[in-house]
Amino acid sequence: MLSPINQHATVQIKMPAGRARMVLALLILGLIGLLMRAAYLQGLQNDFLQQKGEARYSRIVEMSADRGMITDRNGEILAISSPVASVYADPQAITITPAQLKELSELLAMDEAEIERRINREQSRFVYLKRQIVPEIAERIHALRIPGIAFETEFKRYYPEGEGAAHVVGFTDINDQGQEGVERGWNAVLAGEMGSRRVLKDNKGRIIEDVENIRAPKPGQDVILSLDRRIQHIAHRELKKAVAVHKAKAGSIVALDAQTGEVLALTNFPVYNPNSRSSINSERIRNRALIDTFEPGSTLKPFPVAVAIEAGHVNPNTRFQTSPGTFKVGRSVIRDVRDKGVLSVAEVIQVSSNVGMVKIALSLPPQTLWEIYSNTGFGLPVGTGYPGEANGLLRPYNRWRPVEQATMSFGHGISVSLMQLARAYTIFTTGGELKPVTLEKQEFPVMAQRVISSKTALAVGRMLEMATQAAGTAPLARVNGYRVAGKTGTAHKLVDGKYAKDRYISSFVGYAPVSNPRVIIAVMLDEPSAGKYFGGEVAAPVFSRVMAEALRILNVPHDASATDMVWFPAALTEDQKG
Amino acid sequence: MILFRFNLILIALLVICALGVVTIQHEARKLNMAWENERKTARKLQIEWGKLQLEQSTLIARRQIEYAAREQLNMEIPSANSVQIISAKKADESRWVVLDNAKSY
Repeated sequence: MLSPINQHATVQIKMPAGRARMVLALLILGLIGLLMRAAYLQGLQNDFLQQKGEARYSRIVEMSADRGMITDRNGEILAISSPVASVYADPQAITITPAQLKELSELLAMDEAEIERRINREQSRFVYLKRQIVPEIAERIHALRIPGIAFETEFKRYYPEGEGAAHVVGFTDINDQGQEGVERGWNAVLAGEMGSRRVLKDNKGRIIEDVENIRAPKPGQDVILSLDRRIQHIAHRELKKAVAVHKAKAGSIVALDAQTGEVLALTNFPVYNPNSRSSINSERIRNRALIDTFEPGSTLKPFPVAVAIEAGHVNPNTRFQTSPGTFKVGRSVIRDVRDKGVLSVAEVIQVSSNVGMVKIALSLPPQTLWEIYSNTGFGLPVGTGYPGEANGLLRPYNRWRPVEQATMSFGHGISVSLMQLARAYTIFTTGGELKPVTLEKQEFPVMAQRVISSKTALAVGRMLEMATQAAGTAPLARVNGYRVAGKTGTAHKLVDGKYAKDRYISSFVGYAPVSNPRVIIAVMLDEPSAGKYFGGEVAAPVFSRVMAEALRILNVPHDASATDMVWFPAALTEDQKG
Repeated sequence: MILFRFNLILIALLVICALGVVTIQHEARKLNMAWENERKTARKLQIEWGKLQLEQSTLIARRQIEYAAREQLNMEIPSANSVQIISAKKADESRWVVLDNAKSY
């Protein structure tokens, strides 16, 4: 049975021929349109669209690179980075209830009004609420779940030795860039370079595929300094004490390894604490031992004597008349503290006679004197890499007047940094070679430059040892159980181009043990004003205390009998009688 | 007919391979995620290590130790008078002297 519809369908309906063709044409047109659109998207806009698509799941992730540590020669840490959190807000996205605001202000230890002011900057999309807070507090703020508040991990620098090593190590600014000291001079080595990579993330934000490394992170390298934290501590402690006791304006101390020129300790006073920025000011920041110069006074005397002996002008026993304790050079008068009579060259050093010194120096051509100063590194930066090293002042010899040649022989009219002074003494500890000073630990023996013969070095060394004997200027520099050599310096301070009558710079440079020198220590106190001001009274005791500890720390064998050495204690003999 | 069967087999193979690709991809992503987590842990441990180093370094600061020894334990550095330096060679000699003396008692 046929349905009525089929019955109708059998009826042929004649359509106009044009309509079918038109439909066909429209369809083809539509197809062409689609094809063109497809070609357009596929061909011309392909890159753009693919980018758009990728942006939905592909992300660039930063890979952090830590700043390197700074350690002492034994690997003890002097500076290290530790993560902290910085809290920031997006003022356009933030919604905060009064209760949350109160909690936030408590956690951040900030005024509610201050927070309000910051998050109400409508036009901005990023504002720091507080930088560098401890991670635990950041956790608790995170737990408040305030929309529009987020965190950023930053690294803060910590300095475990505090002010003790501040002048060498320096500090970084809030953006982790070195500002002073080794942090600045070695910034390129210490700083890490952030890396980044492209990854795919799923809808929950988990990384599901590593696509490519865009830039590998380059972690900062550690810097191993030549400092010994133990000696550094002792040096700092004793200097601080001495500056306080003698009411000095400032002070510096440098300890060098006598054989390699490595800096074992270096500190100054006044000083700052690198862990608290508020203690930093331009006075305290100065690493005086390296960047300030002063007229050293008698601590320079061994050098003209060395060159005079080297040139054969004198020998240690050549005698000079220093009576009556004054000596006229041109229109100026050179003075000794008192009339010291006839002195041998060795005694000139031992009792530090200016008159004797000038007589020795004037027997030399100016060029010879200039050469010994120049060859021992005065007038040139010491080359440690520390930012802002001083050159000091050593004027060319062809412009010297006789009186200048005279004063220069006992350390006036020439200015040096304490580091230069300490380094110059390496010629006496190494048998005539000037060692370069370094702040970095040296693994291999360093190249040195010969300045005087080892015979001369030994002869001058003997004179320097005499200076620490009872008849010398620095008996207070002695160390129990060791032979000590050194030279005191007491210089009138130059104020507005004139020597001040009552202001002094007291210094002492020396080394021990004499039989096999291991440590050179140079001490300088600026304007000691508690009555005492002679280098032998002010600076030498500091030298002695630091040297005693340094030799003990370095396990240096004794080379002299200690004054109170006892072979066996009574208790022990009692025991053995037993 | 043979051709039709061959096609069927190919289709089956294709489906198996496709499923394999999906499974492996999933597996790879899971492993990647695990690796990512390990990386995070490593980073965390590295940071922790840094913190511990800092802590150790702060605890062994000489001024702290010195303070503790002086103030809390009432210790002091012996004066030069109370220190006795024994040289190995001389000590050996004097030991025999002492022993000789001991015998005579």
